Amino acid sequence: MLGIEPLTAEQITFLLDQAKPLQQIQLHPLKKLATLRGKSAALAFFEPSTRTRISFATAAARMGADTMNLQAEASSLRKGESLLDTVRTLDAMKPDCIVMRHSSSGAPHFVAERIEIPVINAGDGTHEHPTQALLDALTIRDRRETLAGLNVTILGDVQHSRVARSNIQLLGKFGCRFTLCGPAMWLPRELECLAPPGSSIRRVARIEEALEGADVVLVLRVQQERHNEPALALDEYVLLYQLTPERLRRARPDALVLHPGPMVRGLEIDPAVADGPQSCVLEQVTNGLAVRMALLLVLMLGAPGDANDAMKGFSDAAD
Amino acid sequence: MLLIKNGHVVDPASGTDTQLDVLLDGERIAQVAAGIRAPDAEVFDAKGLIVAPGFIDLHCHLREPGGESSETIETGTRAAVCGGFTAVCAMPNTRPVNDNASVTRSIIERADAAGMARVWPIGAASKESKGEAIAEIAAMQKAGIVAVSDDGRPIANAKLLRQVMDYCHSLGLPVIDHCEDASLAVGAVMREGPRSVRLGHQGMPAAAESIAVARDIQVVELTGCRFHVAHLSAKKSLELVREAKQKGLPVSCEVTPHHFTLIDEDVAYHTHYKMNPPLASREDREALLAGLADGTVDAIATDHAPHEPALKDVEFDRAPFGVTGFETALALGLEQLVHAGRMSLLRLVELFTTGPARVLGRERCIAAGQTADLTIFSAEHAWTFRAAESASKSRNTPFDGRSFRGAPMATIVAGRLVFRR
Repeated sequence: MLGIEPLTAEQITFLLDQAKPLQQIQLHPLKKLATLRGKSAALAFFEPSTRTRISFATAAARMGADTMNLQAEASSLRKGESLLDTVRTLDAMKPDCIVMRHSSSGAPHFVAERIEIPVINAGDGTHEHPTQALLDALTIRDRRETLAGLNVTILGDVQHSRVARSNIQLLGKFGCRFTLCGPAMWLPRELECLAPPGSSIRRVARIEEALEGADVVLVLRVQQERHNEPALALDEYVLLYQLTPERLRRARPDALVLHPGPMVRGLEIDPAVADGPQSCVLEQVTNGLAVRMALLLVLMLGAPGDANDAMKGFSDAAD
Repeated sequence: MLLIKNGHVVDPASGTDTQLDVLLDGERIAQVAAGIRAPDAEVFDAKGLIVAPGFIDLHCHLREPGGESSETIETGTRAAVCGGFTAVCAMPNTRPVNDNASVTRSIIERADAAGMARVWPIGAASKESKGEAIAEIAAMQKAGIVAVSDDGRPIANAKLLRQVMDYCHSLGLPVIDHCEDASLAVGAVMREGPRSVRLGHQGMPAAAESIAVARDIQVVELTGCRFHVAHLSAKKSLELVREAKQKGLPVSCEVTPHHFTLIDEDVAYHTHYKMNPPLASREDREALLAGLADGTVDAIATDHAPHEPALKDVEFDRAPFGVTGFETALALGLEQLVHAGRMSLLRLVELFTTGPARVLGRERCIAAGQTADLTIFSAEHAWTFRAAESASKSRNTPFDGRSFRGAPMATIVAGRLVFRR
């Protein structure tokens, strides 16, 4: 699972369907399955991450799998070991898959070509963040029934956003129409080429226009740390691109507001929107568990229909 | 005495393109004629082969001194003769930098000891190629440098560039620049465009190159210095060179085989596609192919840049720039330019011989009395390039496993057969 781009709409639907029954577990007082007992996932996070790492660790635990944790700060990478040697060392401890976060675009692809076990991309540089797109899709599908043909507005630094890329790849396969809005230097024209067949991408300078008729608004984080160029003054960003309740009224009344986190209230999003009825922020986090559980299940056991089988016993016990 | 019989002599300097024998006597060519009789001479049967002047590579990195785990002068010049090159110009970005006569001398001595291709060193323009103070260029010239360049660390300071050009003009040395505006290239690992956006790679625009070409040409107008654009990759840069040539300015340029063969769409996450300048757009490549055919481009140069596996087998953005190139250059030229119908064999040979020679202010021809540096190749020989079998110490090539039609068959340096397929 290196990215959304190579997947088909059918494969994506299958993964979302697998995640669906696993959502219930998060609401149950006893949140543990035994389906992946005896399996282990290596969590190799070469870039600081809290929420995605905890989400994967929790997802693995709730499926009954063990995790092996590599903390980049404390690892031998600091001592000059190459990525390949580090990963081969992890692999020699015989995990059943590697979940990998790395600041270099394509690092999981590089690793996947050199080891046998599945590699799950938990975010690579400015390239893709496939599980984020899957959990966003699950969230949207829950509220909207379908992913087909939605108007999706993405606000912020699209150029440096792996979340935006994966979402465009995923929702684009279902024929969504994208409107990108943000500072012009973060919205290169080439982004329009990302649209999968059947979808479209347009760039719009004014946020009011960009929000007109939107079904989904994806607010991106302002990634101060990833820019080689001088950052935009934050006040300017707030002035032009902050998602405020007033601006949100341009979108459809039932438009969903998504944010991948971590969210900076008062910067890219007004607190009233973040906490408002249209905000899906916390649902996204919960759905992240279901999506990652489903993915671990599919990749470590590999048989379709497993999630429903796994849930059968669980539901019986719960009822 | 060595008699090269029945070969098809292609000599761009004289326009010769016909079947002739070539008789070598020691380090010199003794006679070029049809049906030479020399009963005492050893005979090389070149039937079905092309006999060309020795190929010159204006741009390579031999890594010695300082980078011997990636290449040495011995392995590099061995790979060069396997590629048909009889002389290669070594860029000065070694450790230490070739910015003084003693480094220059040691490079030439080691090349002589290796006894493969000749090495014509290129001296640094500035001390340690830091772009601050001018290097000891006159002393290096006495020691044997053929040009001056801060390749890999382009001269950012226009005033220093002007001084270097003024000085080199007075010394009669060409200045070669790796044209790049550093500020536009910060953090970039490939060409900016749809592909870089898709891959999430930081890109540099074509303008990073062409802005520097435009600046450099204006400094040529100030100084009159002979100026050569290294590894030109962008259409816009080529237009600037064409315009400068039309004005009669002493400006020339080279193009690498990887830039006339591959494009940015070929890049993914494999570091064997990472080089600087990066692979350019489809439109740029078309312009380069046209420029190679119409004479705007003066030379094919490899930018042979070996890096040991430990350096290249890493994340894309952490790998050094560069690919090896000696052994695939001619075959790619034949494939992309001659067999594809874009130019004659004579023009291709010119791009490997008289073209680069003229950039250095030299002659290159097959005639009695000339040095016996010859490249004998087949335009038809079918073979597959295997990086693992390369004479180079490094394996960083995007052409591993590629099958070709045409190959160097023998390389002769100073009358000695240093390579034979």
